[in-house]
Amino acid sequence: MSTVSKEDGFVVFDHVQKSYDGETLVVKDLNLAIGKGEFLTMLGPSGSGKTTCLMMLAGFETATHGDILLGGKPINNIPPHKRGIGMVFQNYALFPHMTVGENLSFPLEVRKMGKAEREEKVRNALDMVQMGDFINRRPAQLSGGQQQRIALARSLVFEPDLVLMDEPLGALDKQLREHMQYEIKHLHDRLGVTVVYVTHDQSEALTMSDRVAVFDDGVIQQLATPDDLYERPENAFVAQFIGENNRLVGVVRDISGDVATVEVDGGGVVTAKAVNCGDVGGRTTLSIRPERVKVGADDGPNRTDAEVLELIYLGDHIRCRMRVLGNDEFIVKIPNAADNKRLVVGEKTTVGWETEDCRALDAS
Amino acid sequence: MSDATGPIVTADGVPLKRKLAQAMFRSRARAFGLALPLLAFIIVAFIIPIVTLLYRGVHDPRFAEIMPRTTAVMQNWEPTSPVTEEMAAALVADMVVARKNRTIGQVATRVNRELPGTRSLFTSTARKAKKMKPPYLEALIKKDRKWGDNATWQAIKITAKTYTPAYLLQAVDLKYNADGSITRQPERFRIYMKLLVRTMRISLIVTLATLVLGYPVAYLLSTLPVRSSNMLLILVLLPFWTSLLVRTTSWIAILQSEGVLNNLFVLFGITTDQQRFSMIYNETGVLIAMTHILLPFMILPLYSVMKTIPPSYVRAAKSMGARPATAFWRVYFPQSVPGIGAGALLVFILAIGYYITPALVGGEDGQMISNMIDFHMRKSLNWNLAAALGAVLLVVVLFFFWLYDRLVGIDNMKLG
Amino acid sequence: MMIKKLIAGVAVSALLAGAATAGTITVVSWGGAYTKSQVEAYHKPWMAKTGNKIISEDYNGGLSEVKSQVEAGNVTWDLVDVEMSDAVRGCDEGLLEPIDPAILPPAPDGTPATEDFIPGAITDCGVANIVWSTIYAYDTTKFKGDNAPRTIADFFDIKKFPGKRGMRKTPKANLEMALAADGVPSDQIYKVLGTPEGVDRAFAKLDQIKNDVVWWEAGAQPPQLLADGEVAMTTAYNGRIFNAVAAEKKPFKIIWDAQIFDFDVWVIPKGAPHKDLAMDFLAFSTATQQLANQASWISYGPARKSANKLIGTYHSDPSIDMKAQMPTAPDNFKTAIQNDFEFWADHQDELNDRFNAWLAK
Repeated sequence: MSTVSKEDGFVVFDHVQKSYDGETLVVKDLNLAIGKGEFLTMLGPSGSGKTTCLMMLAGFETATHGDILLGGKPINNIPPHKRGIGMVFQNYALFPHMTVGENLSFPLEVRKMGKAEREEKVRNALDMVQMGDFINRRPAQLSGGQQQRIALARSLVFEPDLVLMDEPLGALDKQLREHMQYEIKHLHDRLGVTVVYVTHDQSEALTMSDRVAVFDDGVIQQLATPDDLYERPENAFVAQFIGENNRLVGVVRDISGDVATVEVDGGGVVTAKAVNCGDVGGRTTLSIRPERVKVGADDGPNRTDAEVLELIYLGDHIRCRMRVLGNDEFIVKIPNAADNKRLVVGEKTTVGWETEDCRALDAS
Repeated sequence: MSDATGPIVTADGVPLKRKLAQAMFRSRARAFGLALPLLAFIIVAFIIPIVTLLYRGVHDPRFAEIMPRTTAVMQNWEPTSPVTEEMAAALVADMVVARKNRTIGQVATRVNRELPGTRSLFTSTARKAKKMKPPYLEALIKKDRKWGDNATWQAIKITAKTYTPAYLLQAVDLKYNADGSITRQPERFRIYMKLLVRTMRISLIVTLATLVLGYPVAYLLSTLPVRSSNMLLILVLLPFWTSLLVRTTSWIAILQSEGVLNNLFVLFGITTDQQRFSMIYNETGVLIAMTHILLPFMILPLYSVMKTIPPSYVRAAKSMGARPATAFWRVYFPQSVPGIGAGALLVFILAIGYYITPALVGGEDGQMISNMIDFHMRKSLNWNLAAALGAVLLVVVLFFFWLYDRLVGIDNMKLG
Repeated sequence: MMIKKLIAGVAVSALLAGAATAGTITVVSWGGAYTKSQVEAYHKPWMAKTGNKIISEDYNGGLSEVKSQVEAGNVTWDLVDVEMSDAVRGCDEGLLEPIDPAILPPAPDGTPATEDFIPGAITDCGVANIVWSTIYAYDTTKFKGDNAPRTIADFFDIKKFPGKRGMRKTPKANLEMALAADGVPSDQIYKVLGTPEGVDRAFAKLDQIKNDVVWWEAGAQPPQLLADGEVAMTTAYNGRIFNAVAAEKKPFKIIWDAQIFDFDVWVIPKGAPHKDLAMDFLAFSTATQQLANQASWISYGPARKSANKLIGTYHSDPSIDMKAQMPTAPDNFKTAIQNDFEFWADHQDELNDRFNAWLAK
């Protein structure tokens, strides 16, 4: 499911642009195809255009240019209430003047469903999120996590093919958030519904999604599965935004096959996997994950001197800030294994990494 | 260390409950201290005057104080039995004193309210009282035949009561008779119930009109971007900064028969010069002017409530398949009800006591109950009746408070 | 130039008065052209003569303010211009100071004040300064020539003289006019009104025009209603209409038939802060010359016979002979009705109640 073509996409953004003021584009030429049953996350910092995309899909914003297709049909001119898309809002938007049961019954009532059928569906939906006992409560009497479940159940109760979630876990504490991530994921697996999920939390995106679209500046920077995104970022923004990352900047001196030789600005020459680095003589950003750096290596490629500047004990690993090739912010994660040598601040040592763990990306 | 069954004590051995009470007392005392000036102000400037005023509605000691002998004698007199010499003697004795103290006018005014025409009877008899000799009843009747009439003495008996339901009864078009019975006022004197009903009708219509006009404005205010909504809010508030009198009189300029609106109607052939519409000096004028003047009192509570309703509710409803109208009625509207309640109650209660506007543009069929209170305060000087009418109005307002509390819940009210 | 003189005059008199016992009294009257006439004829000369100052306040009639002040024991008014019925009633209720007629100056020819004043002008607590009258007036651009109204009956004849009518929102004067229009002679009015049938008859007459009446309350309203075209004719105080005609050149005409005349009376609230000064001003202002002077400012008749002889012309227009404008002028006075304050003192509560109920019907 790493790619979905425009033809068999369930949800398709086709050259979509959006501007609020007629001067700047919030969404610049968005092309995205989402497969049926897929869990796709739009990830990006605030102001990146991800929420605008979601609102256009829901019908609360209109695209300035381009088409949005749902099930093959353009929906630009279909009002929100006829799109049949379920939605979970950031603050849940549970109707405070209705009980939990009435909240869930609402989408069924407006569909003119019979009473018995409604009651059954509401019960099922509540059971699905283990909230069956709360049917007569008011939203204000529920905890944040409980409200979240009800919102989820309400978005699913009328069995939409597509559910949109706009930062639904943003208001929960960390533990509950992680728990809910799994629940949503499991629900998705069980129901096979297509989910478009918006978040700015990258760990949430990685945990839940089939694919993640990383947004920045109104453009999808990379659309890939979570492991691809982490292991194989295609540009410096994605490398920086997803997970922790060491950056070294320099000039490409040679490219042979997919190996680039880069002269780092801080001095020294490094070999890296050429991903997105342009031609010889161009500037590049090197990206190395902290856990892929070996400390005290005697030999191997890219061996270079390092000085320990700071050590932070984190239980399962030790976070070590070093000066490497003139970069004082070079982070290395050392697993807290029995046989690992303890470092001390000020100690001079060496570090090294595999060529393919170091990716030569664009210069930004 | 406290044992499991004994009361929990703090480290220095004081029972926890008492310690807590002490701590709480200090903070409560501080809170009370902060509220004290306002409380004192409310009691002095609000509670005491209202209680005093209401007290006047049932308490009228004038006759009993000025004519103590007569009052004592009248206690035992049956309204149907003949007038006695004892009563006449007491009356003459009291009149001599009252004439000297120049208080006879107050008595005369009071009795005159019960029986028109007795004012001059009292003042002129008092002038002669000093020279009267027993038998006094004969002397009185010789002065004026009315003293032989039971009706005169019945009026005295009614006024001799220090605490009297007469004013309250009059405020609801009932009459308190000398024998303690209560009858309806003669048809040609019935007015207060009619005015009360009209006052309520006008207040209700004004409340509805402000709601219908104000709701969309408040909605617009709450959904517009901050800059434009502030601009609009200033427009809404502008009337607040203009004197009530100026606003009312400007409506006169617009609505009068030679006014702006009528001139336009004639110009566009909607009516002719001879048949201009009467839109002022009648109930229509009152409704228009009051709706305009009270509109901000509806918009502001509505706005403050609507501002707190996030747009995501309506969006959620739409995403679930509700048409915009359904989303509005089922989701948005119920959440704006506290604002409607607060605005409606505010406007209604303000309207029910409105007085300047009906006085200026009401003509005769746009007068409200407060205009009658004003009349009795300033013109007829019947403060007791004014107080009684005020009490009736207060009861009505309290009734609506109670009704509101039953229907909406007073704690649901949001004013800002 | 005028103003300079005035300021100089005030300054000089203030200096002179500084040595003596300079005081300030508060004099309350009805405002507008009427108060102006009093300021010109009474206040300014008195201030110049005594060096005292007068604060002039306006009010809308009635005893309520006086009653509030007296009952609260916080009297701020020294002298009030009230209607006769209020003067009598206020006196009876102990709200007013008694006034000794001996303080009033005699006429220029030596006639004692008690004989010089028109009968009834001096009461226990009040001294009248003017005779004013309730008349009706019409807009001469609306009714012309033979079509113009002439009698009180015309006021009540909507068919012959179409248009709205302005009337004061009180039974007083209206009931009298209604009976006069219904054919009751002027000297029988109160006798008829004293019977229940008479009251019914008056209200029945009022019923005929009720739907066409615009009710006014303040004296300044009727000329305004006429000027705005709100009404075709209206009852009014004669001085207000005169002022609109003489000073503002309005096309109004007064009909004197069945005019109801009454006194306006100076009274002193009980416990007035400057009672003695107020008495002095009262005596000064009701002297023959001051009353005559006032008549050149407004068309209200002086309450002294001696002053009536001295009436001249309008202060700014010598072509207007003020004598002819007075309620007491023989041509105007033929069918005049004197307001019976005793009748109103006895019956105003009842008639007010009935009138209000009638209005609300």
